[in-house]
Amino acid sequence: MGMLPFAILLVAAIVGYMINLQSARAIRADGTKLHSLSGFHGLFSALLVLVPVLTFVLLWLGFEGAVIESLMFASLPTGTLDGLGTGEVQLIGAEIRSIAGGRVFGTPEDWKLAAADRLIAYEAWSDWLLIAAVAALSVALVLFARSRVAPEYRARQQVEKITTGLMIFCATVAIFTTIGIVFALTYETFKFFQMVPLSEFLFGTSWEPQIPIREDQIAAEGAFGAVPVFLGTIVIATIALTVAVPVGLLTAIYLNEFAPHAVRSVIKPILEILAGVPTVVYGFFAILVVAPALRELGADLGLDVASNTALAAGGVMGVMLIPFISSFADDALSAVPQSLRDGALALGATRGEMMMNVLFPAAIPGIVGGVLLAVSRAIGETMIVVMAAGLIARMTINPLDSVTAVTVQIVTLLIGDTAFDSPKTLAAFALGMMLFLATLVINVFALRIVRKYREIYD
Amino acid sequence: MYDAPNPATNVDQQDIKITAKGVQVYYGETHAIKDVDVNIVDRAVTSFIGPSGCGKSTFLRCLNRMNDTIDICRVEGDIRIDGDDIYDKRVDPVQLRAKVGMVFQKPNPFPKSIYDNVAYGPRIHGLAKNKADLDVIVERALRRGAIWDEVKDRLDAPGTGLSGGQQQRLCIARAVATEPEVLLMDEPCSALDPIATAQVEELIDELRRDYTVVIVTHSMQQAARVSQKTAFFHLGDLVEYGETDQIFTNPKDERTERYVTGRIG
Ligand SMILES: Nc1ncnc2c1ncn2[C@@H]1O[C@H](COP(=O)(O)OP(=O)(O)OP(=O)(O)O)[C@@H](O)[C@H]1O
Ligand SMILES: [Mg+2]
Repeated sequence: MGMLPFAILLVAAIVGYMINLQSARAIRADGTKLHSLSGFHGLFSALLVLVPVLTFVLLWLGFEGAVIESLMFASLPTGTLDGLGTGEVQLIGAEIRSIAGGRVFGTPEDWKLAAADRLIAYEAWSDWLLIAAVAALSVALVLFARSRVAPEYRARQQVEKITTGLMIFCATVAIFTTIGIVFALTYETFKFFQMVPLSEFLFGTSWEPQIPIREDQIAAEGAFGAVPVFLGTIVIATIALTVAVPVGLLTAIYLNEFAPHAVRSVIKPILEILAGVPTVVYGFFAILVVAPALRELGADLGLDVASNTALAAGGVMGVMLIPFISSFADDALSAVPQSLRDGALALGATRGEMMMNVLFPAAIPGIVGGVLLAVSRAIGETMIVVMAAGLIARMTINPLDSVTAVTVQIVTLLIGDTAFDSPKTLAAFALGMMLFLATLVINVFALRIVRKYREIYD
Repeated sequence: MYDAPNPATNVDQQDIKITAKGVQVYYGETHAIKDVDVNIVDRAVTSFIGPSGCGKSTFLRCLNRMNDTIDICRVEGDIRIDGDDIYDKRVDPVQLRAKVGMVFQKPNPFPKSIYDNVAYGPRIHGLAKNKADLDVIVERALRRGAIWDEVKDRLDAPGTGLSGGQQQRLCIARAVATEPEVLLMDEPCSALDPIATAQVEELIDELRRDYTVVIVTHSMQQAARVSQKTAFFHLGDLVEYGETDQIFTNPKDERTERYVTGRIG
């Protein structure tokens, strides 16, 4: 039953396609010259049916529930809902719906049973109405499309218009999703800053969101100072980049210019595999291999090493970023024209000199762009730090100490029993907002650099 | 003035700078140069002509071992500059290329300033003792490249910002800045307009006083204008080699005649 409207629609589209195709062919068979190929006449019909009717069905299904429910409430005996709060009304609605679904608990009042019956009836009505509407619309559109078939009708342009519209729609889906995310984040962040002052969040050095000091004073002073959290992220990201940038760049330089073909054909796929490893696996690696090894090494050297060191988390994150940076740098180096390499070599430069003086400077904007994108990945990376970094926010930049990270705090704040109006939960959104802004700025910056660089050689 | 050179015998009496014997070049299975013998004269312009794909660039690139940078390329035979085998194991191609400069078909200035473009060779070869020295070298090279007047006020501007013709002269200046003995030019004017071409041709004529110049060209007129010797390549063979006048007015081989009169290629 639920699929029937879609089935009707599909059949209508196919039938419309065939009808228009056949009639266009018939015109051509008469020897008349068509402006558009017969196929376009067919496609025109199919698209003309599919797009509006599909939109209609989806809208119908989207609003059906709300409309039926308000109809049902309106049909209740007058006075039933008087003096009830929204919560209680919702509860009644839920109960009636579950009765209609056949799950009856206890002995509900008669008016509830009656309302449930009406609900079922409305739903059946709605289904039939939808089917009828779809069928009527489809037939009308198929007929309309058929009436358009004529030698000079510009079916191709119409099809192009419709498909362009579809492409624009698809392209804007991502944009609207982003806008939606920003709105949701902004809203919650705003609520958070009504409870906790912005200055405290930005400059406070104590982060203890879990411990409300008194019931009426949840946002105790200092408890939401995000500085140590951001410091932790910065420490970990710095360690990660210290590992990833030199290793990634040297890998790229070696592969691009010096590696024999055989070596290149082995290392490249390995790097690609490395890039595809899920971050949770890197997390395992960090806690099972790197952290214990660091602890032992520290013990041998007489250093005090925490169990969840920033070094372990950052180092493993660095390994994760190596393929990212090296593939970016490799692309940037490969994009430098062969003529520049030849020019340098023909002047008697060694390969190393050519790389250092000509290729690398020419590729540097692309490389910087890649590194900046890696930075924003590092600060947004979640799984490795959740597994390998600590939970307690400390004001430290000692890589052997345990630090926490923004993403870790977001995860822990949202785990467990959460009410979406306590500062504890809302703090997660504020942190997320900060993270979003930071990565946004970095990405915009990176993309601008990369684009500027493209202009030089294209 | 009793020792003034006799124009008629001038070319024959000059020294031989480069000798090539039995040169074969293969790209994988493709036999691109087939058993070429040629003697290139010092302080003269030699032009290589021939239909597209006949191996002119390939042979030119043998002379500074640029073919070494192509993995699948294999060079056999004997090529000597001043009597020294340049494919000898002891020869460092990097040093060879400092001695044998090259200018490419497409201008390829580095994305650096005009000054740094020209100073690149002298710097990596340590030709200048100090900054003042380097300034002198750069200016001399830019003057040789006939571009000094156009760029002397903007030596810090990027070389890529010049016009195509200026870029090509900058590349020539860059090549002569390392004080090479031989200058190889692969279709240096193909990206240039007639005026820039005329400038470059004039320049080539002047360079002949100090260098051995080998130029690949598709323009018969250009070969006739700038070169003293001409070599005609066809399908990897060196068909005919001789005085430019003779090649264009009185070719011995039928293929040469057909090519220079525009009937093949
Ligand atoms: N890098 C390469 N790899 C494989 N084959 C090549 C390569 N370069 C040149 N060849 C082949 O060698 C032959 C000679 O090429 P070459 O570039 O020397 O010709 P050319 O005379 O310079 O032509 P043009 O006048 O078009 O520049 C051609 O058949 C070409 O296909
Ligand atoms: Mg060529």
